[in-house]
Amino acid sequence: MIAEATSTVWFLACNVADVPLNGGVCVKYNDQQIALFHFSRRNEWYATQNECPHRMQMALSRGMIGTQGEEPKVACPFHKKTFSLKTGECLSGDECAIKTYAVKVEEGKVFIQVNGEL
Amino acid sequence: MNILIIGNGMVGYKFCEKLLAKSSSAQFNITVFGEEIRPAYDRVHLSEYFAGKSAEDLTMAPASWYAENNITLHLGDPIAQINRAAKTVDSHKGLTIPYDVLIMATGSAAFVPPIPGVEKDGVFIYRTIEDLEMMTAYAKKAKKGAVIGGGLLGLEAAKAMIDLGITDTSVIEFAPRLMPRQIDETGSNVLKAKLETLGLKILINTNTSEILGDGHITGMQFANDTKIDVDMLVISAGIKPRDELAKLSGLQVGQRGGIVVNEKLQTSDENIYAIGECALFEGMIYGLVAPGYEMADVVAGNLTGGDKSFAPYDMSTKLKLIGVDVASFGDPFVSGDGIKSIAINDANKGVYKRINISADGKTLLGGILVGDADQYNMLLQTVKNKVVLPPNPEDVILGSRGGEENAGAGVMNLPEDALICSCEAVTKGMICSNVAEGGCETVDAIKKCTKAGTGCGGCVPMIKDLVTGTMKAQGKIIHNVLCEHFNYSRQELFDLVKINKLKTYNEVLNMFGKGDGCELCKPPVASILASLWNEIILKKGNDTAQDSNDRFLANIQKGGTYSVVPRIPGGEITPDKLIVIGQVAKKYNLYTKITGGQRIDLFGAHLSDLPAIWEELIAAGFESGHAYGKSLRTVKSCVGSTWCRFGLHDSVSFAIKVEERYRGLRSPHKLKGGVSGCIRECAEAQSKDFGIIATEKGWNLYVCGNGGSKPQHALLIASDIDEETCIKYLDRFLMFYVKTADPLTRTATWLNKMEGGIAYLKTVVIDDALGMNAQWEADMENHVSTYECEWKVAIETPELRKRFNHFVNAPAEKDPTAKFEPMREQVKAKDWK
Repeated sequence: MIAEATSTVWFLACNVADVPLNGGVCVKYNDQQIALFHFSRRNEWYATQNECPHRMQMALSRGMIGTQGEEPKVACPFHKKTFSLKTGECLSGDECAIKTYAVKVEEGKVFIQVNGEL
Repeated sequence: MNILIIGNGMVGYKFCEKLLAKSSSAQFNITVFGEEIRPAYDRVHLSEYFAGKSAEDLTMAPASWYAENNITLHLGDPIAQINRAAKTVDSHKGLTIPYDVLIMATGSAAFVPPIPGVEKDGVFIYRTIEDLEMMTAYAKKAKKGAVIGGGLLGLEAAKAMIDLGITDTSVIEFAPRLMPRQIDETGSNVLKAKLETLGLKILINTNTSEILGDGHITGMQFANDTKIDVDMLVISAGIKPRDELAKLSGLQVGQRGGIVVNEKLQTSDENIYAIGECALFEGMIYGLVAPGYEMADVVAGNLTGGDKSFAPYDMSTKLKLIGVDVASFGDPFVSGDGIKSIAINDANKGVYKRINISADGKTLLGGILVGDADQYNMLLQTVKNKVVLPPNPEDVILGSRGGEENAGAGVMNLPEDALICSCEAVTKGMICSNVAEGGCETVDAIKKCTKAGTGCGGCVPMIKDLVTGTMKAQGKIIHNVLCEHFNYSRQELFDLVKINKLKTYNEVLNMFGKGDGCELCKPPVASILASLWNEIILKKGNDTAQDSNDRFLANIQKGGTYSVVPRIPGGEITPDKLIVIGQVAKKYNLYTKITGGQRIDLFGAHLSDLPAIWEELIAAGFESGHAYGKSLRTVKSCVGSTWCRFGLHDSVSFAIKVEERYRGLRSPHKLKGGVSGCIRECAEAQSKDFGIIATEKGWNLYVCGNGGSKPQHALLIASDIDEETCIKYLDRFLMFYVKTADPLTRTATWLNKMEGGIAYLKTVVIDDALGMNAQWEADMENHVSTYECEWKVAIETPELRKRFNHFVNAPAEKDPTAKFEPMREQVKAKDWK
C-alpha cells in the first residue's frame, strides 16, 4: 500500500545531553534539517523546521528561545523574526509559518516524529 | 458639486487632502490642473534633491493617490482662461471643464530682477525640479558660481551650488544684511562669518548692474564698479505671485501682485478662492508653507459646512541653512516704548541670540537665533501663549546654568490650545488627549493619528516631550524596562545583579524576573553578567542566553556561515602573522577583506571549521577580536612619531596599550577607539566612542563620538594630559557607561540623553561628582587582570568545543545549504531571496 510510505515514524535524533539547556541544535533527517530545542526551564522539548522562511536560512536551531506571554517561541538569529514553538505561527506579524514536529524523550534519548520511512 | 483646483503644488495638494478628510467621497467632484508634469512635490526640501533625494522621494502623493480618491488630475496642462459667467475653465490642451467652486493655488514664480544679460546661458532660477535638472547638467562645466539673493531662498540656492560641487560661490545681496526679513545686522554678521568658513563669499550692499558674457555668462558687473568672474549664476531673489490668470479673468489683484482675498480667502468673485503664495491677504503675501496649509484648511472647512476665517499668520520660522541654524520668531525687530532686548553674541561658537521683552519684563515679544536654534520651539510657544517669563529672562536663551535642567516641564506648562505643529495645525490639547485617551503613547503613534510632526518635522522634539509628560502625569512610569520578563531598566538590573552576586541568566530571571525569558532580555542580562564578573560567556548555562553571535563567538553572515576577526591591536601586524592569516584563509576557502577598524575579516567559515581555524590562529599568536560581541572592537591608530614626520607621540604604542587594556570588556553596545599622533587626526579618533589625540604637551581625550547612521563628533573632556591620567579617565568613563547605559545604546546616544551633557560627564569622570571613581578604577583593574581569550578557552574545553557543529547527529557534515559564488578571485555568499 502506498499509504504506508507517508505514515509517521519516530526517529532517534540524539541524546538529551547533546542539546544545550534552554537552547537548540540542528538534526539531520535524510536531506531535511530539523531544529530541536530543549526548553529546560519549562521541562519541554520542541522541534521545528530549521529553515527560517523569511530569508530561507538554515538558522532557527541557533536562535534564542523564550516566551511571549505563555507562548514558547524561537527568534531567528538573522533578523529576529519570532515563531511559536507550539504552532509554528510567526509572532512578528508576518504571514509565514514554520513546520513543527512532535518530540518524545525516552531513557535519555530524544525522538522526533516525522512522515516517511526510517 | 464640482470643485476645480488650478495648481498642483504643496498647497493645492494639501487642499485636496483636507477636503477629502472633511467630506464624504460622493459630495464633491474634484478636478485638478497642474502646470508641471509631476504631481505636487515638497518644494521646501528641494535642496535635498542635490543631497541625493529623488523626485519620487519629494513627491507629496503619487498619481495613484489622486485616482484612488476619485480626483481627476491633469498634469502638464495649465489653465488658459476662466469663463466666470459660464463658470468654466479652458485648459491649454483644449479641455473645457465646468466648476461650481474654483480654487486658485497657482503659487509663485521666481522674481527675476531686470538686469541686462539675464537671458544668457548659465543663468538659472531655482524653483522647480526641472530647474534643478538643468542646473545639474550645467554645473558639470562650471567652476565659479554666484547666487543673487541673500535671503532664505538665495541661501538655499547657495547650498544647492555647494552640493553641485561648485564650492567657489559668491552670494550677492542688495540689502545691507543677509536674510533681511528674518534677522538683524548682528545676526547677519554671525551668519556671514559661519557661511564664510564654509567657503562661500558673501557680498552685501551689492547691486548687480550687468551680467557679462558673450551668449553665456562669464562674469558679473556691479554698480560699485567692481566685477567678478562667474560661469554659473542662480537668481533666487524672491518670489512673484502667479496672478496673471486672475488678472486676465478680471479678478482684483494687488498693485505689486497677488490675488486679493478676504478672510474667507474669496477673491472678488465669490465662487473663486485663492490660497497659498498667489493670495494677497491684508496686503501680505505669505511665502511660507504653514500659512498656505492654513488657508487650504480654512477653505476646505468652509466648503464642508464650517465657518472659519483666516487671520494674519505668524511668520516665525526656523531653518537649517547650509548646516547653520537660523530662526526668527514673533516680532524679531520690535523696538519702542520701554521694550528691551537681551542679546548674546558668542563670536567663538558663532552663536547669536536676541530676545525682545516687554517693558515690564514679563512677556516675550520675539527674537532671533543664529547658530543654535534648539530653543526655538519653546521660545515661539512662550511668545504665542504669552507665558510669563522667569525673573531673569535671559535664562530662556542661556539655559539654566550649571544646575539640573528639566526639558519636559516647559512644554507641559503650555496652555491646551498652544499650536505645537503649525504645518498640520495640531494643538497641545489634541496631542495630549490622544496620548491619554487614544492610547497613542509614542511619537510615531501621534504622527499617525494627528499628522503632527509629519510636515517640516520641527515640532517632533516637543511632541516627544508632550508624550512623555502626559504619560508621567497619568502616573504611567516611563521606565525603559527590558521586556515583559523584567520590570527593571538595564541600570537597575546591573546594580541588583551586582549586589546579589548573581552569576547566571537563570538566577537573575528567577530572582528578579518572571516567565521564561526571551531574545530581548537574554543578551542584556548576559552582557551585564559578563561586564560584572568577566567569566567565560559560554559557561554556567549562559551560552544560550547569549545572542547568536556571542554564542558561537563569530558573526553570522548570509548563508549561515560565519566571519572570523582576530584582534590586530592598533592595526599593527607582523609579516609572519599576515602570512598566517593568508594561509588560514586559503585553507578554509575564506573571503578576506580589510575592515574599517584596521583589521582583517575572514568570511565564509563553516560553524564546524571555527575551532580548527582558531586553533591555527591562536598558535600563531592571535586572539579573539570580539567582533561578534557588544564589547571593545578596535582602537584605530595612525603611524605616529615612529615614522611620521609630523607625529608628536607614538600613537601606535598607545593604541595597542589601550586596546589590550579594554579588550573583552562587555558593554551595552560596541565600543571603538582611536589614537592619532598629531592634530591631523589620521586615525579619525573623533568619530569613535573614545579618541585620543597627541598635543605638544600630552594627549587630548575626546569621548562619545560616533560614525554610523548618525555621525557625531566626540567631545573634548580633558586636554594635555599624560598617558596615565588618560587611562584613568578612560577607565572611569567606560565603567560609568557600562553601568548606566540602556541596552544597545552607543556612548553618543547615552551622552545625548544625559542630563547636563558633557559638562556633567566631566564632573563625574574628572571631579568625581558621584564618588565612584575609585570603585570604577578597581573594577577596571579586575577586568584587566581576569581577561582570558574566550576562543582559547573554547577550543581547549571539550564540552564547549563540541557545540560548534551544524548537525548534532552528523558532526562531520557541513550545512549543505551554505552556498558560495565566485567573485574577483574569491567567493561571496549566494544571494538570498
